[in-house]
Amino acid sequence: MLSGSVHPFSFMKSRLGIIVIVFVLLALLHQDQWNWDNANTVFGFMPVGLAYHAAYSIVAAIFWAAVVRFAWPTGLEKWADEGDE
Amino acid sequence: MPTLLAQAPDSVSVTPLVVIACYLGLLLGLALFSGFLFRGTSQDYFVASRSIGPFMLLMSVFGTTMTAFALVGSTGKAFQKGVGTYGLMASASGLIHAACFFLIGIRVWAIAKRHGYFTQIQFFRNRFESNNLGYLLFPCLVLLVIPYLLIGVIGSYRVMVPTTSGMFPELFPHENPVLNGALPPWLIGLVICGVVLTYIFAGGSRAAAWANTFQTLVFMAMGLLAFFLISKALGGLGAAIEQTNPGHLVRTPSELAVATKAGETVREVGIPPLMFLTYMFIPLSVGMFPHLFQHWLTAKSAKSFKLTVVAHPLCIMVVWVPCVLIGLWATGVFNEGAKDIWPAPVVNIMSSASDAEVGKVLSVVIKFLVEEPIVAGLVTAGILAAIMSSLDSQFLCLGTIFTNDVVLHNRDRSQFSEKQIVLIARSFVVGIVLLTYILSLVLKNVQNVFDLAVWSFSGFAALTSLVFPALYWKGATKAGAYACVIAVASTWIYFFAKSGFGGEYTAFATGHRSDTGVMPVAICFVAGLVSLVVVSLFTKKPSEETIRKFFP
Repeated sequence: MLSGSVHPFSFMKSRLGIIVIVFVLLALLHQDQWNWDNANTVFGFMPVGLAYHAAYSIVAAIFWAAVVRFAWPTGLEKWADEGDE
Repeated sequence: MPTLLAQAPDSVSVTPLVVIACYLGLLLGLALFSGFLFRGTSQDYFVASRSIGPFMLLMSVFGTTMTAFALVGSTGKAFQKGVGTYGLMASASGLIHAACFFLIGIRVWAIAKRHGYFTQIQFFRNRFESNNLGYLLFPCLVLLVIPYLLIGVIGSYRVMVPTTSGMFPELFPHENPVLNGALPPWLIGLVICGVVLTYIFAGGSRAAAWANTFQTLVFMAMGLLAFFLISKALGGLGAAIEQTNPGHLVRTPSELAVATKAGETVREVGIPPLMFLTYMFIPLSVGMFPHLFQHWLTAKSAKSFKLTVVAHPLCIMVVWVPCVLIGLWATGVFNEGAKDIWPAPVVNIMSSASDAEVGKVLSVVIKFLVEEPIVAGLVTAGILAAIMSSLDSQFLCLGTIFTNDVVLHNRDRSQFSEKQIVLIARSFVVGIVLLTYILSLVLKNVQNVFDLAVWSFSGFAALTSLVFPALYWKGATKAGAYACVIAVASTWIYFFAKSGFGGEYTAFATGHRSDTGVMPVAICFVAGLVSLVVVSLFTKKPSEETIRKFFP
């Protein structure tokens, strides 16, 4: 149902590969050991440990926006809409 | 020097309580109005006839995930452990929640729509071709939801008791000056549970969705308002962070001596790296929350999920950043010169709060720093909105599961009228609400809201070791599913008991701190996954028909 022709499937696979790599990278970046004892503030009021992770949340949203834009499972939707069995 | 109340006024205005009462009235009115749209069918009661659009789905999903844990719990945890609280839960959730919505939610939606499933137990029964798996899963899900319900009701006590302290000294006298005149927990719980029950009964999941949307908008707006007012009262954002206790600005583990009512204690501040790493399993819990499954079922279309997937991390940020900052600012009560900056009651109450009581920091700070009673009432109503927006969906969901998966399963549904089906669901919900209410009164002083919630999340997160293979591995078998659930349940129960039934706990902790080890959720998840995989490899595979149904 989702495979279609060979060419789009390969393209999907490469996009999927990129998504997985970026996801793993983001998960690794979450463990920001280099900020552990950093007591500085950003913008005069936000501790670095908080500012970094707030920015992380924004990056996560951008990542998921890209995933939704480029890797939305339209095949799955069509399959679901085909009706009840 | 900021202008603040130097001490609490002698008479306490009841205006905040009036504002809260008006908010509850408005909420009831909105939900009862949605009840007019209730079509009277069990389909509409349980899944709102699949008519919830993208914005309401985002508000519902976000509202149900942002519980007392997010407002009361996060502020309290930041007050307890410091700046790492945001990274511990919020930023990880931004990445992993959306992953669960994308990988689990959409696929579950598709399968459920094609085959007409109402509940996650129906899904797993059919996927693994086993009726009895449902009977094994049902008590696990119910038992894990109960701590989640408890944090909602206990969270309402943490909020309403300080807010109403001093309001009714003749009606509710108490020798403790903080509790003197405050509404008693039994009354608070009764009202909160009563309001939620009323609008669930009126309109089922449609009323819950409307109420969630309203409440989510209220708590986001009020949270930002509280943040702005508190920072202003402290002399601005810069002044507020300057007086924060230095140990709370970093994640490096340190200790703080705290003189609580029970005696001198040492608070573990900061977060060890291994705990921070293994905490990343906790957000997986959204993959198995029964009420979120229910939300996926109520979506109009898969496209309704797009906004939720993208906006969820941003919504979490909007709520958690202010809450964590408020919790950090409040640690100024431990510094010399605190009484020059904070009202004396805030210093007295929060500098002696035990780890179980830190959740009251948000309402204590609002009470003594937000001078305008109407605004204080609005902000408190916002916190209650967050709490109640989770209770409704969970209550409703449990009723749905009980009715469809326990009572009506293996029975001829046509023997029951639509009214009878809805009545059965409502009766079970009343039973669960009563149990939660009684437990909340018994346990209200025992555990920290944040820590109790994490135990509930841990159980559901560990159970995602069942749903991922169910969706993506054709080789996952019935026996493997049983092994998974039993492994998760037994490891969870073991660690829950080791924690003292709901306290903060890490396994294999070294040194004198209790948080240097591995979060139990990681162990339970791995135990479940390994059990499922190993047993599946040696047991009978699902039928071709099942594979065709579940793997497009």
